[in-house]
Amino acid sequence: MSVDRTELPPIGPDPLFTFPRPVKHTLANGLTIWAVEHGAMPVVSACLLLHCGSASDPENHGGLGSLTAALLDEGSGSRSALEVQEALRQIGARFNRHVTADATQLRMTSLSRFTGQALTLLAELGTCPTFDKEQFTRVKQLRLDQLVQARDVPSANANRIMVEALYGDHPYGHNPSGTEASIQTLTRDHVVDFHREFYQPAKATLILVGAMPAEQLLDQSATAFQLWCATPETRTTDLDTRCEAHSEGTQRERLIVMNRPGAPQSELRIGHRGVSRDTPDYHALRVLNMILGGQFVSRLNLNLREDKGYTYGVSTGFTFCRHAGDFMAALSVQTNATSESIREVLKEIGHIRDSHPVSNEELVQAKAALTRGYPRGFETASQVAQGFANSALYQLPDDYFTQVVPSVNLVDLETVRRVAQEYLVPDQLTTVVVGDRDAIATGLTDLQAGELIEIKHEDLISN
Amino acid sequence: MEIPYTQQTLPNGLDVLVHEDHGCPIVAVNVWYRVGSKDECPGRTGFAHLFEHLMFEGSQHYDRGYFHPLQEAGALLNGSTSSERTNYWEVVPTNALDLALWMESDRMGYLLPALTPEKFENQRDVVLNERRQSYENRPYGLAGMVNAAALFPSSHPYSWMTIGHVEDLTEATFSDVQEFCQLHYRPNQASLALAGDIDTEHALDLARHYFAGIPAGSQPPELVLESPPESRIEQRLLLADRVELPRLYLSWISPAMFDAGDADLDLLADILSTGKSSRLHRALVRDQRIATEVGAIQSSRQLSSVFQIIATAAPGHNLTELDAAISVELDRLMQDGVTQNELERSRIEFEANFIYSLQHVGGFGGKSDQLNAYNVYTGDPGFITRDLARYQSVTPDSIQRAATRYFGKDRRVALSVVPHDHPDLALRESERAEAK
Repeated sequence: MSVDRTELPPIGPDPLFTFPRPVKHTLANGLTIWAVEHGAMPVVSACLLLHCGSASDPENHGGLGSLTAALLDEGSGSRSALEVQEALRQIGARFNRHVTADATQLRMTSLSRFTGQALTLLAELGTCPTFDKEQFTRVKQLRLDQLVQARDVPSANANRIMVEALYGDHPYGHNPSGTEASIQTLTRDHVVDFHREFYQPAKATLILVGAMPAEQLLDQSATAFQLWCATPETRTTDLDTRCEAHSEGTQRERLIVMNRPGAPQSELRIGHRGVSRDTPDYHALRVLNMILGGQFVSRLNLNLREDKGYTYGVSTGFTFCRHAGDFMAALSVQTNATSESIREVLKEIGHIRDSHPVSNEELVQAKAALTRGYPRGFETASQVAQGFANSALYQLPDDYFTQVVPSVNLVDLETVRRVAQEYLVPDQLTTVVVGDRDAIATGLTDLQAGELIEIKHEDLISN
Repeated sequence: MEIPYTQQTLPNGLDVLVHEDHGCPIVAVNVWYRVGSKDECPGRTGFAHLFEHLMFEGSQHYDRGYFHPLQEAGALLNGSTSSERTNYWEVVPTNALDLALWMESDRMGYLLPALTPEKFENQRDVVLNERRQSYENRPYGLAGMVNAAALFPSSHPYSWMTIGHVEDLTEATFSDVQEFCQLHYRPNQASLALAGDIDTEHALDLARHYFAGIPAGSQPPELVLESPPESRIEQRLLLADRVELPRLYLSWISPAMFDAGDADLDLLADILSTGKSSRLHRALVRDQRIATEVGAIQSSRQLSSVFQIIATAAPGHNLTELDAAISVELDRLMQDGVTQNELERSRIEFEANFIYSLQHVGGFGGKSDQLNAYNVYTGDPGFITRDLARYQSVTPDSIQRAATRYFGKDRRVALSVVPHDHPDLALRESERAEAK
């Protein structure tokens, strides 16, 4: 039978999918463990989730949490730094640390046959690092050197300027890696105190996903983690209070420029403060974002890439953290199209909010893209571990995964148009440009996108 | 370890490979075309990659862009071009397999009727912006171009990068597209792999249904290339860039993919630089603290590979110091070889990496991609067994022999990328180079 090319083949009913559910257990020391049997490949993925991220860095000591995490595999228990490395190498394990505003995740992936060793190592690295003085000095210097190296990365500069502009002295107002100035202030005592305060069994969740029965995963992790003792509370840092103390205030339109003489492209960020993870409009905002800039066929990408060819690609995103959030567009555009690109982004934000609201066709497409694509995020052990880490971090219900598709499907035209009006605020948008100032200055002045502020390279180094 | 598969070659020459994995209700559709920048000529560089972009702009029977219906079906999709091949993939829910095959077959068979000069001009602009973003405006981004041009004679296609030269991209014409498509984008030049929650017979039926009607093309001329002459003169080059810290690239021509010595150098790269206890990391970053990072890689390609060591100097240090420290480690390696223990750890590392990537049915490096890679590079989709055997047969002796054979100073290209105002940080006696 020849192929009917007069129309696209129809899509059948969605395949059934049973989302994984964890078996949960709490050890005597207070550590909660979630275990999930998953997958056919002989791989086990573990994630130790600690509820301390860069927002827990003390004021003026940005980067402390991330430096603490960086030191975990530089000596722990009875093992020297090199012995730790050897132990990891011998089992081909992947040990990664991931520090965001809200959390620190210690991720260990290994072949199933090495599960016991991998969990023992993870427990040792997370719970009894030695923070050797010499290693502290060396790793701190290495971090400073890496920050020097990042001075000329346009995207790193743009991201940093944006985070500082949006959040100011809010606990979310710095990058997890800190700055040259903030890292300079850190001492070994800071690291030891941070670890003592936040790396506590009762404040952590261990997630295990792999190709073996959940009971077996629980047994092996209990053996590895039961000796982790809670240390007496030294002080209580109430992050909620600190966050509340920094009320959002009214943000104004601003255009912040950092000069990069001769740059062939301008790195752009355009955004404003948003909402936290617990917003009831979470799914509606994700649908809105898909249409505006969250996929290849979004309005912004079709305009700036596929129609005008100004950029290799543009994306937008709402970031939903525990205490706050933001909305941001990110793109890099050819220098001679800088102001025109900013104008188009601002125009599209205005359009979707007011004059050209989301159409029914766009809504159907975006919801379908989100819902039909959802199960593929549950293919590998580490994907599933990440999914559950997110659930644990934001205290989502046990059946959250099964709720996602119905929740997205509930978003209707009225809702998505309402959230566009409510959560996109053109007169609060901050625009950051890292580009060739002399080549783009005239165009930027004509834009009238708010007060024009210039940031110098030296400002980023000394602050 | 194996990836069980069923193979069928359609009368038009299209290879179809099917692998069942019922873990997740998704299917990976993965197509490799046997064309990459190795098939370009001087003056026409960057064309294979530019053409890849055009494959996403719609085809005769669905001309509203390639992404739209697939994203609406919940697909993840992408493509990439290397010197060797061009690949395209979708990961779709099982209910959208027909759609994905319809779309892939439409652009394989009916791309040209939908292509317009406007689409061509637009994607040329996009590619020029990709080049600016990923190479020109990125610290150290032009080093790869200088290295390629220094390692290979200018007639050799490995002397340019897949992204191509700006002037060639600017001069490419819409009329070039037709010829290129008819020569390289035919079913007999392609391999289709389907992996995931499917029944093999049904998958083969679908593949026949959508692809069997696309006519075969003529065989492109065999690529005749002389291997690059064995260099006997060290090249020391200097590239000034907008960077804070200088970086040294040491490169040697090395054995081609799957040739004798390739697996040895793969494992050696790992021994030298994976993990903080690896030889180079330990010496340069931990002990001497003269570098912020160091890496080694054997980049395997069909015509010839390149082995590279890349190290970035810590503030206050220069690349002559880094070169000396690396030389000490390479001399030690050539003198004493590696230990059995180091080799075993690297083998485990390799096995683990391989298994981690095979957790995915689709995407870059997933099972469908791997089946196509083996099929296109060796003609045997089940080559995995022989591939892994190569790594099993490596010994400390064979690594030492490979190192001694290939790491001569007179065979290397040493590129220093230095801050504009600090050429003095380069490896001494380096000559200024420019990226084309």
